[in-house]
Amino acid sequence: MNTHNTTNKKSTTQSPSEPVDIETLKALSRKGRWLVMSTVAASKAGHIGGPLSAMDMFVALYFRQLNIDPEHPDDPHRDRFILSKGHNAIGLYSVLAMRGYFPIEELKTFDHGDSRLQGHPDMLKTPGIDISSGSLGQGLSVGIGMALGAKKLGKSFHTWVMLGDGECQEGMVWEAILSAPRFKLDNLTAIIDLNGLELYGWEAGPNDRFDRGEPLGHVDLPSVFHGFGWNVIEIDGNDFTSILGGFDKAMANRGSGKPSIILAKTTKGAGVSFTSGTYKWHNGVATPEQLAIARDELKQGEEDKSAISTREGEQS
Amino acid sequence: MTSMRQAWGETLVELGRDNDKLTVVDADLAPSTKATLFESAYPQRFIQAGIAEQNAVGMAAGLASLGFIPWLSSFGVFFTQRSLDQIRMLVSQTHMNVKFGGAYSGLLNGSSGKTHEDVEDIAIMRAMPNMTVLSPADAEETKAAVRWATGYDMPVYLRLSRDDAGDLPEAGNDDGFAIGQPKVLRKASDMASSKTSINSDSTSTYGSVVLISTGAQSIRTLESADLLASAGLQTTVIHLPSIKPLDETAILEAIGDARYVFTVEEHSIYGGIGGLVSEIVAGRPRSAQPGVHGSATADAMAPQVVRIGLNDEWTQCGPNDFLLDRYGLSAQRVAQKVEETVGIA
Repeated sequence: MNTHNTTNKKSTTQSPSEPVDIETLKALSRKGRWLVMSTVAASKAGHIGGPLSAMDMFVALYFRQLNIDPEHPDDPHRDRFILSKGHNAIGLYSVLAMRGYFPIEELKTFDHGDSRLQGHPDMLKTPGIDISSGSLGQGLSVGIGMALGAKKLGKSFHTWVMLGDGECQEGMVWEAILSAPRFKLDNLTAIIDLNGLELYGWEAGPNDRFDRGEPLGHVDLPSVFHGFGWNVIEIDGNDFTSILGGFDKAMANRGSGKPSIILAKTTKGAGVSFTSGTYKWHNGVATPEQLAIARDELKQGEEDKSAISTREGEQS
Repeated sequence: MTSMRQAWGETLVELGRDNDKLTVVDADLAPSTKATLFESAYPQRFIQAGIAEQNAVGMAAGLASLGFIPWLSSFGVFFTQRSLDQIRMLVSQTHMNVKFGGAYSGLLNGSSGKTHEDVEDIAIMRAMPNMTVLSPADAEETKAAVRWATGYDMPVYLRLSRDDAGDLPEAGNDDGFAIGQPKVLRKASDMASSKTSINSDSTSTYGSVVLISTGAQSIRTLESADLLASAGLQTTVIHLPSIKPLDETAILEAIGDARYVFTVEEHSIYGGIGGLVSEIVAGRPRSAQPGVHGSATADAMAPQVVRIGLNDEWTQCGPNDFLLDRYGLSAQRVAQKVEETVGIA
């Protein structure tokens, strides 16, 4: 299970210097979503909703934004990315694999014993993971340490942190939000994936309850972050034009003395009809029939059909 | 004489001269922890994280990922309890090179009371994989521990007492700070004579009493041993500057054929060095049992471990002398407990 096909090392022809157009980004997102769906189905465990809501931003980061080199994942000058919402690991792994950090084939080992691809990101095991995560609320503080350290070392790399909106219920997040502007970290950008749903979901309608609802739905987030001293950028996190525009604004903010927060409105489970917009696919395992629907919607080809059957065979 | 926290701050200043990666991340307690000494010397490498210990630990992990060597500055209790999950996730699981200056360890914290008493930290931190736990007794040993920890590329938790408890006599130990090694401060056999041994009627050598302690308590434990000697009981005194790792064979050798082992600590009796020594004694390989190898009486020869520390209760504020007496950790109270247990009271 754990053997690697090293000939698959370069799984994409993209190199950091080549610009990737939006149509290509969309295709990569579809493939990434398919890798999430099929890998979780094969491993019979993992998260779906969050990785799919964030997939377009993962792809935009790794194929357009981050200054990285998969051949040298520990390059000290690389941009840093922190997945604070660590349960979205399979979304990140899918993009790291497509970007060439490890073979796409290795996704088959996700969440298996002795795998490099643990259920939550482990920096000691997986190339391309800058910090382990999985206990929610901790990533932004690490990003502050990295961004502050970069300033002290005179390094120009940028640090990106992705948080979930549900995760922002953790108190430590607000310690970090309070502290980053004090250190004038304009080399730090936080992204909140505002998909509005968490594990404990609700059904709108007569049975709706006052204590259920979007994790941050009652918060005037732009005002809050302005008030805390952040540069606030609002985007549609499932639209590449909006995402790339938001990233550009964050980079243009360097030199301002303020960290940037990207408030990214997304749809949980985006890209696949039956997972989209429901808490019920926070995690879950697709049936072969559901996988077939997802594969068609994500426009995945025959090669991927065989991948499904291979994985199903291994599981039985 | 110098307090441990003062020695910590002074040593960081000394080490910072030749190591520009050495950094202090404070959680608003630098004047108390003496991290201000480092701030004065290297203001650019002093980071004030404010009253946000969890964020401070996260920042330290981020800095360590870039090659910095961050020493965190706060009271130990706020790290080990408020930031426990952050230490576990971002430092221990990641092998980050982060050091914790856990100031105000133990019971004696300047009358702040139970909210600030750091009396569960050994139990918590020794359960943490990859975590080294050091608990020096005095300023000199603290300096050696800080030097060792700074040069060690893994997480370290260092317990530091608030007040100067005195200087630990080296008792022939001139090895400074040897990681993992217990220090035998006094051997009963060096001092005992047949007329003073309470077990002189015994046909075996079983009967000696060993006192084991850590941190600043070790100095008071030596005082307890003096009191016991005056009452006619010679004891072996062992100090543990390194709680984890700990050379278990060396501990067993030092305990030898003792009938009684008393552990004495400014810590809960649950999970501290009392628990640690009990685990070691209980886990002693049968073939390595000293004395009557293979004898049916071997089990009976295992020492009784008596844990002296804080019992299952929350304490209170008060002057050091009051607290030590009230909670059974003064030299007199410890000696009294030993006498009662071995039957010479």
